Amino acid sequence: MSKVVLSVEDVSKMYRIGLVTGKTLKQDINRWWHTARGKEDPYLKIGEKNDRAKKGESDFVWVLKNIDFKLEQGETLGIIGRNGAGKSTLLKILSRVTKPTSGNIKIKGRIASLLEVGTGFHPELSGRENIFLNGAILGMRKKEIQNKLDEIIDFSGVERYIDTPVKRYSSGMYVRLAFAVAAYLESEILIIDEVLAVGDSEFQKKCLGKMNDATSKEGRSVIFVSHNMAAIQNLCTRGLHLQFGQNIEYGNIQSVIQNYLRQENGNFIGGKIDLSNSLRSNGKIIAIKQGWSENKNGEITNSFNMGEPITLKFEYDLGESLPYVLFGFGIETELGIRVATFNNELMGPKPFSRIRRGIASCTIENPQFAAGRFYISLAIVNNGADWVDFIEQAFAIDIEPVDVFKTGNVINETFGFIYSYGKIENISLDN
Amino acid sequence: MEPKATEWDLEIQHKSKFFDVNFKELWRYRDLMMLLVKRDYKASFKQTILGPVWFFIQPILTTFFYIVVFNNIARLGTDGKPATTFYLSGIILWNYFSTCLTTTSNTFVSNSNIFGKVYFPRLIMPIAVVVSNLAKFGIQFSFFLLILMYFLFQPESQIEISWYILLTPLFLLIIGLLGLSFGLIISSLTTKYRDVNHLVGFGVQLLMYATPVVYPLSIVDEKYRTFLYMNPMTGIVEGFRYAFLGSGELHLDLIAYSFGFAIVLFLFSIAIFSKVEKGFMDTV
Repeated sequence: MSKVVLSVEDVSKMYRIGLVTGKTLKQDINRWWHTARGKEDPYLKIGEKNDRAKKGESDFVWVLKNIDFKLEQGETLGIIGRNGAGKSTLLKILSRVTKPTSGNIKIKGRIASLLEVGTGFHPELSGRENIFLNGAILGMRKKEIQNKLDEIIDFSGVERYIDTPVKRYSSGMYVRLAFAVAAYLESEILIIDEVLAVGDSEFQKKCLGKMNDATSKEGRSVIFVSHNMAAIQNLCTRGLHLQFGQNIEYGNIQSVIQNYLRQENGNFIGGKIDLSNSLRSNGKIIAIKQGWSENKNGEITNSFNMGEPITLKFEYDLGESLPYVLFGFGIETELGIRVATFNNELMGPKPFSRIRRGIASCTIENPQFAAGRFYISLAIVNNGADWVDFIEQAFAIDIEPVDVFKTGNVINETFGFIYSYGKIENISLDN
Repeated sequence: MEPKATEWDLEIQHKSKFFDVNFKELWRYRDLMMLLVKRDYKASFKQTILGPVWFFIQPILTTFFYIVVFNNIARLGTDGKPATTFYLSGIILWNYFSTCLTTTSNTFVSNSNIFGKVYFPRLIMPIAVVVSNLAKFGIQFSFFLLILMYFLFQPESQIEISWYILLTPLFLLIIGLLGLSFGLIISSLTTKYRDVNHLVGFGVQLLMYATPVVYPLSIVDEKYRTFLYMNPMTGIVEGFRYAFLGSGELHLDLIAYSFGFAIVLFLFSIAIFSKVEKGFMDTV
């Protein structure tokens, strides 16, 4: 049983929004007057749920409300949620940049936070000088930095520029240097806020590898905030989903991500989905009206067994008759990775000419999608490259796990996106 | 397995004690303090041709103007000592005090970027400012000693150096504490309401005239003197001049008063500062 290194108990945070004016002073005095007499802060009662898109009644909003979780040693927790869900505020409280309005946080060991890379970097100082300065700001002693200096420079990969002022650095080099310093922090808990979004893919891999080492080899715990679901899924063992400052789900990362994405993508399941108001990724007109999927009996459904034929359909109205029309159907995973593309440029027939209204249909006779949820993208293209309309992730289908190879084992989500028979043999080298 | 209540290293809560200053932690971050001082020094002269010479230009020009305006035009005396040494000594002391005060009074606002991203004891920043101002003072002070040397060899200058120059470190400590404390109080007040900020710039300027910097205490009318005595900088400036130039008379009681004033103000200011530092990010 592993040790709990961080315990967050019923943490809430209230902010006053709007401008600081004379009214604020009045509220401050009122609050001070209440608390000085031992009464409760009157503004805590009128706090509202923090939905940034809606107009609120009160100047006071709860950006975090009753957050509870525990972090164990060696565990990586991913925090996900939309913009303004309270992720960064939570990290700020954990890194002691600001304090909670109520609740309690207990920490065992040192905590190092990377809410931004290169905090305190001075543009006029050289890379080497900034390593020392940044390291000290993050809580390292000079000696510690001295001992690790070579490793840090090596990890950053900017050795050649190490004595050049950082204002001459490219933004990528800047980030590399900054992350390298943080990577060598010695702390039991590491907090990282979406800092990997910058830097090239080679460096991102290096950072993710370093973070993996931190948890699995060195037994450190990591809290990670990102909008990159693939990175979260790779790195984290547990997830926390925040919405309007509230804890929606806390648990196994797989299910947290899945439910988050399903919620974010709305209700795409069941019947014909009206697409006239959906977000468009490309195109000129709202040509695609609705989309749905059918089974081999022509019944509308979103649920298919593995291997069962799938028919994808959408209804369109081009407004005028067009000469060379292509229909495209894309199948994507929940993380937005394209698994398959079907269009009549790739697989025929030739472009449809002089059509205006109708239903586009794509039947996949022998699908080899493994169990899981897949999203369908729909497109209409004219003249080969002229986007008429394009909706990404228009609706979803669910593939149900089936024992396709009759071995008594069903193929579920954990075995990848597609299935295919592979002949397994042993070629013995014993003799 | 959860550690027992006593095994947690740190607890974060809304409420904090009134005097919650973690000196141990502050000591652990001393390397950061030194690096910040070095940064200030290096960064301020990057891409300048004259570099540290700028440290001398400011007091030289100010001394020159004070001689012209206060000595030659306004005919304020300098206690019979050479005007150059009289004004220069006042200027470098006052500079030290006023830069400490004005730069630390900006602590929260000017560092909100760093403070908003990473935690370290906030007091490190203002302390680093005071130390780097002390270094700057050191440079100007050695320049002052050179000038003093020159006048020592002029028989008519009547400069008398006394053993009280050994009090210089105490003077510097008091000035540093005063500047830091006033600065901390102001910075704590201005996290939410910036009104006080407007006062600082000209307030310090006005305070200089309430301190015997451009005139000796001896020419002040008896009825105004009590008012000047209340100013904790008065005893220091007068004491410094008595020690190095032999001007005026020594007020040990005033120095003791300044010292006591500085200590009390310092404790008060870090209490306020430590109260504000935990939540200031929300209002700054």
